[in-house]
Amino acid sequence: MGSIKRRDFIKTVTAVGCTAAGLSAVTPKKLNATPENILSKDRYGVLVDTTVCIGCRRCEWACKKAHGIEAGSIDDYDDKSVFQEERRPAHDSYTVVNSYDVPNAEPVTVKVQCMHCDQPACVSACIVGAFSKKENGAVIWDESKCIGCRYCLVACPFQVPTFDYHKAIEPEIRKCDFCYERTSKGQLPACVEICPVEALTYGKRSDLLQIAHDRIHRNPDRYIDHILGETEVGGTSWMYLSKTEFSNYNFPKLGNSPAPGVSESIQHGIFAYFVPPIALYALLGGIMYLTKEKSTEEEK
Amino acid sequence: MEHSFVPSQMTKKYFTPWVTVIFIIALIGLAILMLRLVFGLGFITNLDNQHPWGIWIAIDVAAGVALAAGGFTTAALGHIMHKDKYEVLVRPALLTAMLGYTFVALGVCVDLGRYYSVWHPLIYWNGNSVLFEVGICVMFYLTVLYIEFLPIVAKKFIGNVNLPGILSGLSKPVDKFLRILYKALDKTMFIFIIMGVVLSCLHQSSLGTLMVIAGPKMHPLWQTPVLPLLFLISAIAVGFPMVIMESTIASKSFGLKPETDLLGDLGKMVGPLLGVYLAFKVGDMFIRETFVYLTELTTESVMFSIELIFGVVVPLRMFLTKSVLKSPTGLFIASMLVIFGVLLNRINNFLVAYTPPYEKVTYFPSFGEIAVTVGFICLEILLYRLFVTYFPVISVPVEKSLQDSKYSLKRA
Repeated sequence: MGSIKRRDFIKTVTAVGCTAAGLSAVTPKKLNATPENILSKDRYGVLVDTTVCIGCRRCEWACKKAHGIEAGSIDDYDDKSVFQEERRPAHDSYTVVNSYDVPNAEPVTVKVQCMHCDQPACVSACIVGAFSKKENGAVIWDESKCIGCRYCLVACPFQVPTFDYHKAIEPEIRKCDFCYERTSKGQLPACVEICPVEALTYGKRSDLLQIAHDRIHRNPDRYIDHILGETEVGGTSWMYLSKTEFSNYNFPKLGNSPAPGVSESIQHGIFAYFVPPIALYALLGGIMYLTKEKSTEEEK
Repeated sequence: MEHSFVPSQMTKKYFTPWVTVIFIIALIGLAILMLRLVFGLGFITNLDNQHPWGIWIAIDVAAGVALAAGGFTTAALGHIMHKDKYEVLVRPALLTAMLGYTFVALGVCVDLGRYYSVWHPLIYWNGNSVLFEVGICVMFYLTVLYIEFLPIVAKKFIGNVNLPGILSGLSKPVDKFLRILYKALDKTMFIFIIMGVVLSCLHQSSLGTLMVIAGPKMHPLWQTPVLPLLFLISAIAVGFPMVIMESTIASKSFGLKPETDLLGDLGKMVGPLLGVYLAFKVGDMFIRETFVYLTELTTESVMFSIELIFGVVVPLRMFLTKSVLKSPTGLFIASMLVIFGVLLNRINNFLVAYTPPYEKVTYFPSFGEIAVTVGFICLEILLYRLFVTYFPVISVPVEKSLQDSKYSLKRA
């Protein structure tokens, strides 16, 4: 090191800087959302009317069937004892129906599954980009990329993705995929198709919002004036109607700003076209060069 | 008498009763690790869908990265700012950083559901992901650390390559290669030194950004947009205390005289750094008015107070006291407090502060998780001891005034 000439030093520092700058000119495209993540106006969604749901749990059975999970007999799902405890989606059940006691009214049954956010935290967080928001609204997971870090579980504001902890090889991140395979073929999501009371309405998200507002408008006694998912975390593909406050059904209290917002602005602020790192590199290079000059002079 | 410090190999016997104990603990950890690899994460950990990350991320990775910060802070001090007297501390800190980050990488692998896919971020990019940035930076920085250590290895074998048996014919070419490598590295090392500091600043701060996306799942006492800044400053602040702690223990273990003067000078810089950290931490608390949570008696408020009082305020006061800076014991205790504070801060950020909306059970690490974490730390100590016995890392005083070139990398 001591043998390096000062000019060489400057040359190399400049070369490194230029390479980095060159890289940064190429990379920003990758930093922005990939085309798959741009929201389509025609994205689909589901409107869940909790005032209609009868808690028959047929959707749980149909979901398992559609995803090749051991589902058992459909008659087993008449068992209402499972309602004693609040259940959450798991690696072997992507949707579950829970029953909640509400003051001065019948218990309300509420189906939970992935909300398929418009600005999904999992898509933003995933280290390898294994999650993507599809044009039809579905947020799906790509097995071939996943490394099993479970950052999506940390990021999801609805605590939806699950992981198979008891598998040593190829454990999967599992959650509702909005029946991506079925809908791509023009079929309905399995849960929507089987629902005997039409508590679930599948359609374009914009249409669903209209329907929802219309229902609220026409039946002010039946619904509170709040569509869960219309604006929460920037909007979700699955939306809920209800007679009572959603906090009665243990929905997490969330703001209207997209879940990944703050994190992404910090991240892109630190990197801003690689300017800050390169500036830091240059600054340190400068300090190194100047103090080196000083300490060589002192030696003489 | 003029003393010159020259990096030398340690000559003490490798195994002492304590080393044997550490060796056994490390073996137990490795045995349990095998169970995880064969039967899956759920078999030995308490992780579940509510608590996807446990101590392997909070301690092995987050705290591991922070506590390895001595590597880049001493490099910045000794090599970039050319504060030559700290030169003797650079090599031990470099070794700790190299081993530390190696075990961070191992810790990540162990925690990954698909550990064999750990290389995926190299080909599948997600520029929006904080974890992606951390991952890539750590991979690059680990490579840089190996490169920085390479000259010490090369120097050891130059003129000394004796390959056994059939390979003996290769001895000469290998020797030649090492000489070329050494020369090339000598000329380009400054690139890697600066790169190491830049990469460190990037991922030390981004580790803080990691939990920002968890949003309301994280307790407001810790959840703040300035997390990356807090993580960076605390990492810089804990760098020198780590060096002081290691140097003190190494001196004791190898029967050397502790370099109290030098460590005291190093300690002088810790106070102001802790002060800056405290200012940001308290300022953030007042701007976001989160101090109201401190009036309730909860796990969070207690842990936050312990972290701040014993991890920051007390050592801050100690490092600003002259008598502490002059006493090896005082320095050691103050340094240990800072280390404890940063360790606790990372645990708090990743575990204590994290409460998912649907929490049925609370998380506490299983025996298996603790055994692996402790086992890794023991293994790290064993490797450190092995390295300093085999390579000239720790400097010992030599009784003559010998002014050598600036870079201790050159000497051996």
